[in-house]
Amino acid sequence: MEVTRHQLGSGANAEFRARQLRARDMLRGGLDGPELQQHVEQSVLTTTLEKAGRWAVGNANFPLSFGLACCAIEWMSHIGPRIDVARFGFEAARATPRQADTIFLSGRISIKMAPVIRRIYEQMLEPRYVIAMGACSSSMGVFNNYALVPGDKFVPVDVHVPGCPPRPESLVHGILKLRAAILAHPDEGWRSRYGGRGTEEVVADLERDDPDAIRTINVSGGA
Amino acid sequence: MPDATGLELIAQELRDADADAVLDTVYFRDHATLLVAPAAVPATLQRLKAKGYGFLASVHGVDYFPEEPRLGVHYELLDMHEVDRISVRTRVPLDAPNVPSVTPEWPTADHQEREIYDMFGVIFDGHPDLRRILMPEDYEGHPQRRDFPIGGEPVLFTHNERTTPEWWE
Amino acid sequence: MSDIEARDRRLTPDIPYREMEESIELSHIAHPESDELLTINFGPHHPATHGVLRLITTLEAEVVRDIKPVIGYVHTGIEKTAEDKAYWKVIPVVERMDYLAYYFNAMAFCGAVETILDLEVPPRAQYLRVIHMELNRIMSHLVWLGTTALDLGAISMFWYCFRDREQILDLFEMSSGQRMHTRYFQVGGVFEDIPGGWETKVRAFTKVMPDRVDQFLALLMKNEIVLQRLRNVAALDEETLLAHGVTGPLLRAAGNPWDLRKAAPYSSYDHFDFKIPVGTAGDNWDRMIVRIMEIKECVRIIDQALDGLPDGPYITPDRKYALPPRHELATSMEALIHHFKLVTEGFRVPPGEVYYPIESPRGELGCFVRADGSSKPARVHMRDPSFVNLQGFRPMVRDLYIADFIATLGMLDPVLGGIDR
Repeated sequence: MEVTRHQLGSGANAEFRARQLRARDMLRGGLDGPELQQHVEQSVLTTTLEKAGRWAVGNANFPLSFGLACCAIEWMSHIGPRIDVARFGFEAARATPRQADTIFLSGRISIKMAPVIRRIYEQMLEPRYVIAMGACSSSMGVFNNYALVPGDKFVPVDVHVPGCPPRPESLVHGILKLRAAILAHPDEGWRSRYGGRGTEEVVADLERDDPDAIRTINVSGGA
Repeated sequence: MPDATGLELIAQELRDADADAVLDTVYFRDHATLLVAPAAVPATLQRLKAKGYGFLASVHGVDYFPEEPRLGVHYELLDMHEVDRISVRTRVPLDAPNVPSVTPEWPTADHQEREIYDMFGVIFDGHPDLRRILMPEDYEGHPQRRDFPIGGEPVLFTHNERTTPEWWE
Repeated sequence: MSDIEARDRRLTPDIPYREMEESIELSHIAHPESDELLTINFGPHHPATHGVLRLITTLEAEVVRDIKPVIGYVHTGIEKTAEDKAYWKVIPVVERMDYLAYYFNAMAFCGAVETILDLEVPPRAQYLRVIHMELNRIMSHLVWLGTTALDLGAISMFWYCFRDREQILDLFEMSSGQRMHTRYFQVGGVFEDIPGGWETKVRAFTKVMPDRVDQFLALLMKNEIVLQRLRNVAALDEETLLAHGVTGPLLRAAGNPWDLRKAAPYSSYDHFDFKIPVGTAGDNWDRMIVRIMEIKECVRIIDQALDGLPDGPYITPDRKYALPPRHELATSMEALIHHFKLVTEGFRVPPGEVYYPIESPRGELGCFVRADGSSKPARVHMRDPSFVNLQGFRPMVRDLYIADFIATLGMLDPVLGGIDR
C-alpha cells in the first residue's frame, strides 16, 4: 500500500498553522502591541454589545416607505421578486418614521417637499441613515433649475447611489455599502463621519410654541 | 379638423355675433386656431360648445416675450362626435393680465387656470379659488415667464471647484 | 411681493389665506349643525404609494365629506428646463414627467416637433414605436395593478405584477440599453433598430401574458372581498367626467368608448385590429376590469405589429434632423457636417405652434410645442392626464368611507410626476 501526502486546501492550512504558532507565541508572551491586538481580534470573538447591536442594525434595517418620483418605481422593483431585498433584511418597510431606520430619498426633491422631508427625518429615531437614491436627490440630476434642491443641503446623506434611475442591482450595492458602514463604524454622529467640524446645524426648536422657531447646533471641533 | 374654409366660416359666425371678438385666424399644419380678444373668451367657448366642441382638452399658458402682448392663454377644444379640434388663443399684456375665467361653465379649467396663474401671473377674473398650485404658497415670482432665471446650482468643474462657494458659505 | 400680499383682494376680501386651503363646503350636507367635521391631512408622505399627493380631507366620523388636493411636492420645472435645451436634449427631460409612461411622453413631444417640421416618420419606425408604447402601457397597468391591489390588501398581486414587469423591462433594456427613461424615441423615428433576437423574446412574452392576465382575473374578478369593496363604489356618470376633462380608462369605465388610438389614429394605429374595453357602471370595479382587459388588447396589438413589421429605415433619412449612420462619417463630408451641427447646436425648427395629443395609459396626453425658429423650443407644455383627472376625484369621493376613498384613489391611477411636472 502506498502512502501519499497531499497538500490540503489552498494553503489555508498553512495560515492556520501560522496562527497556531502565533497563539503559542502569545501564550509564551512573544506577541506584543498591534500584533497582539490583531491576533485577539482574529481569534477571539469580541462579543461586546455594541458590535452585536451594530450587526443587528445592519441586518434588520427597516426602510421608510417613501417614494417621490421615478426612483420610487425602481425602489418598488428592488423589493419585488427578482432583486429580492428581503434577503438583506430591508423588507419591512415602515410607513411611520418613528419605526423606520433608513430613509430612501428616491426621487427629485422639490423646494416644497424639502421641509416635509426634514420634518420626517427629525421624527426618526437614532440610529438613522439616509440613502440618496438616484441623481436627482444627490445633486439635482437632469434638472438644474429653480424648483429642486439637492438632498445634502438639509439631511446628512450616508450613501449616494448614482443612476437615473439606478438599477435595482446598484441600489443593492449601495445598501450593502451602508450595511458595511454600519458594521464597521458605530453611529457616533454624522459630523465625525464626514469631518463636519466647525459646522453648525439649524434645526426646529421643538420646545417653543412658535412653529417657526429655530435653534442652531454649533459644533466647534470634535463630534 | 375644420379645414381652412371651415375655419373662416366659424370665424365669420363669431364675428357676426360679436364684432370685435375674433382678432385673427391661423391655419397651420391642418389645425385651426382662432385668436380672440380676452374679454370675449367665455362667450366664444360657449358658442363653439353650441357648435359641438363640447370637451375642453387643455388650457395652457405661453409667454411670447419679447413680442407684445406678452402672455398668452390657449384653449384646446375637442368635438368628440366629429373628432375635430380647434384652438382658441388670447393674449394679454403684462400690465393688465386679466382674462375672464371659464371655470364656471367648464369645471376642467379649475386646476389648469391656477397653474397658468402660478407659472405666468395671468389673473383669471371669476375663478373660485385662484391660488398657487405647484409652487409653495409664499413663493415670489412667476417661474415660467421667459425672463425669470432658470435658477439652479452652479455646476462644479475642476477649474472652479476651489472658487465656487460651498452651500454653508 | 409674495403671492400672499399680492393676491387680488377683490376676489376674496375677508378670508385669510390659510383658510382658503380648508375644505369647508357644507352645502351638500343635510344637517350641518348636528355633524362634527374633522379636517385631516393625508399628507404628502403616506404609505399608499401613489406619490407625494396631499389631500386635505374633511371627515365626518369615517365618511369623507370633502377633499382638497394640494400638489406641487414633486414639481421639477421640467417645462422651464425644456426651454433651455436643444430639441434633442429635451426628449430625456420630458420623458421624466409621467414616469410610468415614458415612451408616451417622448412620443407626444416627438410627434409635436415632427408636425411642426412636417417630417415623415418611416413605417418601420412607426411600428417600432407602437410596439414599445404598447409594452409600456402593459407595464404601466401592471404597476398600477400591483400597487392598487397592495392598497386594497391583496398583497400577493404586487409580486406577480412586478415579476411580469421585470420581463418587460428586460425587453426595454435589450432594445435600448436602459430599463426606464430610455430616450429611444427620437424626432423622426427611433434611435436604433431592434437587435436580433428581440422579436423572439417579445413573442415569448406575448405568448405568456394573456394567461397571466387570466390568472390575475381569476384571483380578483370573482373574489368576494374585492367585489364588495369595489362594486358600486364611487360611480360617476359620464357627463360629470367629461365636464371635468377626465379621459382614459376612467371615461371608458363609465361607458364612453373614447380612445385616441381609434378616434384619431397616429403612428399607424389604424393598421391594427383591436378592441376597446368599455365598462357600464363607471364604478371602481369597472375601472379595474377595463384596465386589466386593456392589457390583453395591448398584447394583440404587439403581435400584429410584429407580424407586419416592415423593413426600411428606422429613422427619417433627412440628415438635417436625424444623425447619419456612423459608417457614413468616414466617407461623406456632408454627413460629417450634419453630425457636427446636430450634436452641437441641434436642428432648428421653423416658427409654429402645435398641440399633439396621444392616448397614454391614463388618458389624453397632449404636448404643446411652440417653436420660434431657433434650436431650442420656446414653450413645451404637457397636458398631462393625471393632472386633469385629479379634478374628477372630488365628485367621486363624496360620502365614501375612508377605505373606499383609498381604493378610489388607487383606481384613479394618479402619477404625481405628471401632475406636478
